[in-house]
Amino acid sequence: MARLNSPEDLEKLRQEVLSRNDPKRPCISICAGTGCIACGAAGVVSAFEEDLRRQGLGDKADVKRTGCHGFCEQGPAVVVHPDGVFYARVKPEDVPEIVSRTIKEKKVVERLLYVDPATGQRVVHESEIQFFEKQKRLVLGSNSRIDPGSIEDYLAVGGYSALVKVLRTMSPEKVISDIKESGLRGRSGSGFPAGRKWEACRNAEGETKYVICNCHEGDPGAFVDRMMMEANPHLVLEGMIIGAYSMAAHDGYIFVGGEFPLTVENVGIAIRQAEEHGLLGQNILGSGFDFTVRLSIDGGSYVCGESTALMASMDGRVGEPIRKYDHATERGLRARPTVLNNLQTWANVPLIINQGVERYRSIGTSGSKGTKVFSLTGAVVNTGMVEVPMGATLKEIVFDIGGGVRGGGKFKALQVGGPLGGFVPENQLNLKVDFDELGKAGLSMGPSLVVMDENACIVDTVKYFVTFLSDESCGKCTPCREVFRQILKVLNRISGGRGREGDIELLKELSDVQRDATLCALGQGAPSPIDSALAHFRDEFEAHIGEKRCPAGVCRGLSAAGPR
Amino acid sequence: MDIKGIDKIIEKHGGVAGLLIQVLLEIQGENHWLPKEALERVSERLRVPMSRIQHIATFYKAFSLVPKGRHEVHVCTGTSCHVRGASRILDAVKDHTGIEPGETDVDSKFSVETVNCLGCCALGPLLVVNGKTHGRLSPAEASEVMKKYG
Ligand SMILES: Cc1cc2nc3c(=O)[nH]c(=O)nc-3n(C[C@H](O)[C@H](O)[C@H](O)COP(=O)(O)O)c2cc1C
Ligand code: FES
Repeated sequence: MARLNSPEDLEKLRQEVLSRNDPKRPCISICAGTGCIACGAAGVVSAFEEDLRRQGLGDKADVKRTGCHGFCEQGPAVVVHPDGVFYARVKPEDVPEIVSRTIKEKKVVERLLYVDPATGQRVVHESEIQFFEKQKRLVLGSNSRIDPGSIEDYLAVGGYSALVKVLRTMSPEKVISDIKESGLRGRSGSGFPAGRKWEACRNAEGETKYVICNCHEGDPGAFVDRMMMEANPHLVLEGMIIGAYSMAAHDGYIFVGGEFPLTVENVGIAIRQAEEHGLLGQNILGSGFDFTVRLSIDGGSYVCGESTALMASMDGRVGEPIRKYDHATERGLRARPTVLNNLQTWANVPLIINQGVERYRSIGTSGSKGTKVFSLTGAVVNTGMVEVPMGATLKEIVFDIGGGVRGGGKFKALQVGGPLGGFVPENQLNLKVDFDELGKAGLSMGPSLVVMDENACIVDTVKYFVTFLSDESCGKCTPCREVFRQILKVLNRISGGRGREGDIELLKELSDVQRDATLCALGQGAPSPIDSALAHFRDEFEAHIGEKRCPAGVCRGLSAAGPR
Repeated sequence: MDIKGIDKIIEKHGGVAGLLIQVLLEIQGENHWLPKEALERVSERLRVPMSRIQHIATFYKAFSLVPKGRHEVHVCTGTSCHVRGASRILDAVKDHTGIEPGETDVDSKFSVETVNCLGCCALGPLLVVNGKTHGRLSPAEASEVMKKYG
């Protein structure tokens, strides 16, 4: 591929790609993200390739391997364009029928259609499925049309047009003021205004500046950040290039958790392609602006998602957080001005530039703009990756999009924000997806929402999180070494049927020490699940302690009726 | 893994000490564990003291300082799998192999690890053996799966 030397070159290439794409030509788009691969998507892809060849249609239809579409519950998912027929849980055996019926005869295969559980009706198109209908997929919307290994697919959906707009018409200051005005806030859950960070970094002294994308996602129950990266890596790169341009930074890093090899592979390919096309490297699109992006893989440690630990780890050291005397925007990576943003934050940037500030601001609440992507998992009917506008209620996510509790069970709680978050009981599901509202409720807008039904025990889940945090803590602060152990001792006692009167108060006291005497947000945030469990589910603790009963029948040694 | 292979990885990363973790990850990826000789070579070439290498190799979960068994078993204990009963799946695996997570049995037949979310929660609770995912399991089905591997 020849290097693109100007925005005009890029637009020309886009036109070429679009003119090559015949909108009427059948294209079978198969979700082959990490989740669907585990469900056997790779076999479905090769079955399609083989069968098209066998039926002599090899040059009449395309097979596209895409990243995650979001509806993991029904994976492997197949969408047959141009009509957009959606087939659920496709197996290699089903493929010949799809090819002969849908590709050849333009008819649908009824038995493979998704059945709406509420109405019992078969649904033909993705957009008519309630799971998708109720979402607002500004960031995820193109996933089913993009092969993550193809920069041309990204161009075909309008990719890199925000970069073109920036280089042609916007000064760095204008980019920053637009991002500030857009109201974009940190999608890691921090909610920190992105534009303010960028401005501080732009104004900081020094030639060398860094931008980093945090795609670490150490939350033990989340997969969205890595799945988004895997499905549409160029979107994130475009956001980073625009950000770097506005701050005059020339070096960027993507820090990614190593557990999803496909994510790592796809980012690597995207970086290489962007370099080959002159979208990264020296003199980007002839603008005189230089920017390179490198990949840094995490060695597997939750605390490395924290900014100071992350920067230590990127420099080949152990990930121990340090006190933040300085802002990273002044002294960050290698003591240079650095902006660290979550991957979802970066992914919103091209959207803001393309749509314009006004339109972007029209979505969301007064204090939280745009959309947010979550993984919706646990005891829910529709497991998947969901994108909702800020201001949507948790109830809408769980019941309208998620389809409620699976197996007809009864809802107990929604776990929000992972190990540093908390539990939302049914009577609080009207809480909105909004940084300030969730913050006030003691929750953070992390990547995961986990539905718990009556078969899950709150005491056990608190123990699960504390065990996780105690294992993952770097061990630098005394409370992280000692208080975690004491908290676990009490929790083990309670779940083992040996709870004593006063244990609940003891837990609260230990939590207070933990919160007050630790250095980083891991230690300080650890009491959060304990607090919210005690606030909303105290009766479950009391049943374990007073009646020696685990109402969910999860804790060993106890049963729902009483001690075993 | 021989010295040449290790040198190649080090050279690929430009012999930069700051990329120590990336170098170790690549050796781990190819060799499935980090032998002492490999660490000594890295220490020598990157001019990083062994103490720091040991610190890193024990701090990050991706690294193993002992060889793995022939069958690598990963049980997902991510939050979603946990609330769907992953601990009973783990029990079944522990019963079958006689080892705890993080261990390898004396015959080097099985290594068992617990892992965080694998991105396929719809299949939970689940276990992965030698890269193959077995999902939507009951504890009894998990035992059946394990039996297939001996
Ligand atoms: C223990 C701990 C783990 C964290 N893990 C992540 C993570 O996996 N991904 C992430 O984007 N931010 C994580 N953060 C937050 C980051 O420190 C940082 O605030 C964030 O990346 C900034 O991005 P944003 O402003 O775009 O939200 C973590 C923080 C703590 C304390
Ligand atoms: S929690 Fe097990 S796959 Fe997500």
